Amino acid sequence: MDSIIRLQGVSKSYWRDSFEIPVLNNISFDVPEGEFLALMGPSGSGKTTLLNLIAGIDRPDKGTLRVAGTDIATLNESKLAKWRSTHVGFIFQFYNLIPVLTAYENVELPLLLTSLSKQERRRHVETALTVVGLQDRMRHYPKQLSGGQEQRVAIARAITTDPTLLVADEPTGDLDKRSADEILTLLDRLNKEFKKTIVMVTHDPRAAEKAHVVRHLDKGEFSQN
Amino acid sequence: MKVFKLIFKNALRHKLRTALTVLGIAIAVMAFALLRTVVTAWYVGVEASAANRLITRQAVSFIFPLPYAYRDQITRIPGVERVTFANWFQGVYIDKNQFFARLAVDAETMFDIYPEFVVDPAELEAFKRERNSCIVGTGLAKQYGFKIGDVINIDGDIYPGKWAFVVRGIYKPRDKTTDPTQMLFHWQYVDERLRQEDPSRAGQVGWYIIRISDPAQSAAVSDQVDALFKNSRAETKTETERAFQQGFLAAAGTIIGSMNFMSFVIIGIIMLVVGNTMIMSARERTSEYAVFKTLGFSAGHMVGLILGESMFISVLGGGLGLALAIPFVAGFEAVVPKGWFPVFLIEPVTIVLAGSSAVLVGILASLFPIQRTLRTTIVDGLRHLG
Repeated sequence: MDSIIRLQGVSKSYWRDSFEIPVLNNISFDVPEGEFLALMGPSGSGKTTLLNLIAGIDRPDKGTLRVAGTDIATLNESKLAKWRSTHVGFIFQFYNLIPVLTAYENVELPLLLTSLSKQERRRHVETALTVVGLQDRMRHYPKQLSGGQEQRVAIARAITTDPTLLVADEPTGDLDKRSADEILTLLDRLNKEFKKTIVMVTHDPRAAEKAHVVRHLDKGEFSQN
Repeated sequence: MKVFKLIFKNALRHKLRTALTVLGIAIAVMAFALLRTVVTAWYVGVEASAANRLITRQAVSFIFPLPYAYRDQITRIPGVERVTFANWFQGVYIDKNQFFARLAVDAETMFDIYPEFVVDPAELEAFKRERNSCIVGTGLAKQYGFKIGDVINIDGDIYPGKWAFVVRGIYKPRDKTTDPTQMLFHWQYVDERLRQEDPSRAGQVGWYIIRISDPAQSAAVSDQVDALFKNSRAETKTETERAFQQGFLAAAGTIIGSMNFMSFVIIGIIMLVVGNTMIMSARERTSEYAVFKTLGFSAGHMVGLILGESMFISVLGGGLGLALAIPFVAGFEAVVPKGWFPVFLIEPVTIVLAGSSAVLVGILASLFPIQRTLRTTIVDGLRHLG
């Protein structure tokens, strides 16, 4: 199977005042297309930084980073933004829905960057909300939804443009067990039924069980754990 | 859903804050419009000045008269087309609060030199024929209900006694810079009575108004007029009508200058109010803007969202302020003593200034939040807690 993600010798440090804090150290790995990968590790191990690099919202200091056929480390900001809108769907721990927009409008948001007509956008949004089981909550605002429902809207927003890759940062971290199970089941379905490649950062071993592959990070390097 | 809808929804996210900001802008725009209108009204005489008119007054002070005999001498100076004159009559109509200009003028020449006072030819002829008649402006006629044939009784103060003038004409101002509240009557009528009651004051005029053929020669003609009466009992000072009007305003120059300055300070205050709102809004939405960027919205989109919201608030406030300024200015005019500002209108330039200030404020107030949003990385933005 072809690799959809290929990292070679990727390193990343952050600066806090005059102190350099190394976060990732010479990371290399491949993720095949259709994979469901869980990244685990203690706080500060670098898993969210790695996810951000794969998603093109941060840049490596060193190394090459090829995602969906593009060396994203070489793209300028505007090209990278366009690339993200086409290839990546994001699922955040705290949903990050826009509170003044309805579920429908939140899901429609990424489609505003496309050349789709209003009718086509409507079809995409309704499909995405149907996939996550919220077709009857389209006109609800985020504050009118439960945490689990908000996260499902966020997943609908992530898949509405039919991206190549889904990245999820602690998608169940803010949910109760039942809601978390629903979200994990949904991610599993997106992977199996819709063939989406998923990279998920999690602390939750139960969430990691849904993944095909679990990789552990510790102090910026993959561990054998 | 369109971006405009998002801008609209963002702007109304904190309804009370937005309402207070819009109200603050509206009040500031109203105050700006009022101050500018007062300043404009003050300068209306200057603005209405004609380039081909000179004013000759007593060199020592405007309050001292000039001999009527100067008229013919001035008329003979090359470049002078026509000469008229006027006297400040003052007097009291009803009570001292009923203030408007009452001028004794030369009926034969006054309206030739002031074409901005438009009088029906028949009414003008009737006025010229009847010594104790007068012509009033439309503003005055409307204010006091004067009609042709009415008698206006004035108690004289500078020129003591009871004076009665029959309205024989009502002039219309040619444009909005022309004072519609003057009362003009025959200088000869006043002079005849002075000859009988106080002969030492007869044969004198307040000032001459000279129409010249070439405005470019105003300085030369002025010099010739003043040279003519040099070392006489009543030396003259001749200047353009504009300079004469400006001389009147010079005494109040500091106050007017302060009002002018304050009107622009108000713009600065609006800018701070809107800027503060926009900075608060942008700071609260740091993580949301990071989400937008994550989804692929470009720097241009972010500029549009923030600038659009800032413009929405400032233009809404500016529009509301301008709409309210019309009754506000009218209310102000109603409470100031009549005659203080014969022409008191919100000038188009004031509307343009206020409108463009609102737009400028919208742009400037968004600059800092835009810069901050663009400089904040997605990673830092997502970490931000609003």
